[in-house]
Amino acid sequence: MELFSRMANTLSTTLFFGAALTMIAFSIGLMVQNKFKIKLLNPIIVSVAIIIIFLKLTGIDYNTYNQGAQLVSIFLTPATVCLAVPLYEKLQLLKDNLLAVLGGILSGVGANLLTIWGVCTVFNLDKTVFATMAPKSITTAIGMALSEETGGIVNITVAMIVITGNTGYLLAEAMIRIFKIKSPVAKGIAIGTSTHVLGTSKAVELGDVEGAMSGLAVAVAGIITVIVVPMLI
Amino acid sequence: MKYIKQLTIIITISLLGEVLSQVLPFSIPASVYGLFLMLAALMTKIIKVEHVKETSDFLMDIMPIMFVPASVGLMVSWGLLKEILIPALIVSILGTLIVMVVSGKTVDGIMRLVSKDTVMTDGITVDGIDVTSDDMGGAE
Repeated sequence: MELFSRMANTLSTTLFFGAALTMIAFSIGLMVQNKFKIKLLNPIIVSVAIIIIFLKLTGIDYNTYNQGAQLVSIFLTPATVCLAVPLYEKLQLLKDNLLAVLGGILSGVGANLLTIWGVCTVFNLDKTVFATMAPKSITTAIGMALSEETGGIVNITVAMIVITGNTGYLLAEAMIRIFKIKSPVAKGIAIGTSTHVLGTSKAVELGDVEGAMSGLAVAVAGIITVIVVPMLI
Repeated sequence: MKYIKQLTIIITISLLGEVLSQVLPFSIPASVYGLFLMLAALMTKIIKVEHVKETSDFLMDIMPIMFVPASVGLMVSWGLLKEILIPALIVSILGTLIVMVVSGKTVDGIMRLVSKDTVMTDGITVDGIDVTSDDMGGAE
């Protein structure tokens, strides 16, 4: 154990440690999913669990890990930019359904703020908590900025954005089936509006239309939330 | 060299998005500006789809792994989060599912109302939405 710990600490100072750990853990996650076919054991959840356990056992702190892991997460912006490609390919579909798309996003943003307001009222939580929770369905970069601007606690906001996104990644398919959300446009808008870019990676798996609409919903829902929330606080 | 060209376009647009996000006074992130810049470039034919296709498919395909580092960050914010854990979980899980259903049902509902005028999807003429959804249902 002593030796293991020392080896790990030497490893953690290398440039590629965080990235390699992330990719190896994710690959194990993919194998686990293929073997057991259990939705709960999706590659994101499995790899996060493996990495947290590994870091705890070796005593390597998060910042050390994240320095290398940024090699993976830095591609999030270019990947989000690329969502414009399927969106462009489905532009006619968007034009034909513009009213439905905007209606879906607006109602989703409204439902989001209403449920948060409701929970805050029931649990008697103050404005700080509302400001912390309000950005949970929008993408991390916008959410962090919004939380900070409106006096929320940014660390908790990020944690909630992550839990929200993983909820979408995990349960989107089941919810679509149970509540009979029919058209691919509706599926994409529902996923993007509720569970931002993380959910969108599931929408991309469902199909081109779903992915394109989800990416659009992330951008539009994010912008609407940024405009509306400061007015409420 | 195809991939270098494609990646160059995508990274350059990401850079422009970042510049906009720093210069303009709104709290909108680089990725959202970048998404709209890329869309505008495609619509005006400055960039053609085949100029970015393979690399953009690759980046979208590996997207899930990009969320792992931030998710691991939960181990740091856990101490703060657990003070409001119950309401936070209700909002993040139950609230999110409500948002998803409301949003999806609204889109389906409006599409059904409007669809009497018939909609075109993917070159397949769809009377209402049901043809497409049956198609999707069959694939599952």
